[in-house]
Amino acid sequence: MTDTKKKEETSTHKIGIYLWIWGLLFVLSFFSYMVDWYNFQGLLRWSLILFFMFLKAGLIMAFFMHLFWERYALVNVLLWPMTAIACFVGLMVAEGKYTVFSRLFYFFVGG
Amino acid sequence: MSDPTLDKLPGGFKGMSEDIGSDQTTFKGVNWGKAMMWIFLLSDTFVFSCFLVAYMKVRASVTEPWPYPSEVFGLEVFGVPVPLLLIAIMTFVLITSSGTMALAVKYGYEKNRKMCGLFVLLTAIGGLTFVGMQAFEWSKLIFHDGVRPWGNPFGAEQFGAFFFMITGFHGTHVSIGVIFLFIFARKVYRGDFDTGRRGYFTTMKSDYVAIEILGLYWHFVDLVWVFIFAFFYLW
Repeated sequence: MTDTKKKEETSTHKIGIYLWIWGLLFVLSFFSYMVDWYNFQGLLRWSLILFFMFLKAGLIMAFFMHLFWERYALVNVLLWPMTAIACFVGLMVAEGKYTVFSRLFYFFVGG
Repeated sequence: MSDPTLDKLPGGFKGMSEDIGSDQTTFKGVNWGKAMMWIFLLSDTFVFSCFLVAYMKVRASVTEPWPYPSEVFGLEVFGVPVPLLLIAIMTFVLITSSGTMALAVKYGYEKNRKMCGLFVLLTAIGGLTFVGMQAFEWSKLIFHDGVRPWGNPFGAEQFGAFFFMITGFHGTHVSIGVIFLFIFARKVYRGDFDTGRRGYFTTMKSDYVAIEILGLYWHFVDLVWVFIFAFFYLW
């Protein structure tokens, strides 16, 4: 009985914050679609794509998945492993460059 | 959620070191099911990352031009080609369903049975719409354009394999989510979480925290789509 009583006291977030994040996600998705619509190319294209992507991902994780309100013990356990993925991406970029170099070399210059 | 007993504990990194060094539960105030869902999502993040990194590596190393997604996924509306139209609509549908899920979780905390059930149901319908549009997208690419895992008329042969693998794996997640959303919509409406009725696989009493756990999964599906949309469709 005390357990249910404690839960009822638990404060909930106002509906406004969810609607705001929801609206922001719509706007950001619209902007990232506009990147394709206006056919931006090169550095501008991928920096804009990454910017909107990380912003959207951050908003979803922080507010929709409530990470913003969680204690650091959980937040850090979840976010630090992501650095391993970043390392992996770096490794594979180098590997991709090597592969395309070898392919071009042996396809066009010969072994 | 902010539990009054937790407010007395120190926050930030000091709180973190005390939580871990407390010789008790590390994740204080976090339901065990929620913690397990987070661990599952973390592992799932690595699976999706491996797919996307493999895709990046292959796309960076093919000598043939990669199919231009803007044209491959374009649709003609009254004879006017619109780039990525279907994908944009799918993105908005998924974000909408993520928003309704966030509201369902909010009403779940407040033990508002009717609103919570309504929003879980709306989320399920949104997810179903997304899967339906993905089925349409796949059938267009397979039957109309002749895209296969081993080749396609647009360019580099590896395109099909990565497209079907990545969007297929994501679509599977959405489909499983939709099934669970419908099941949980029924459970909410029936009042399982108010009466504490026991579930079929467990002797434990049902609680509204289940909606938050389901919400985490659903938001994760939306999160993955954000990355797929950026890397596969826009790049």
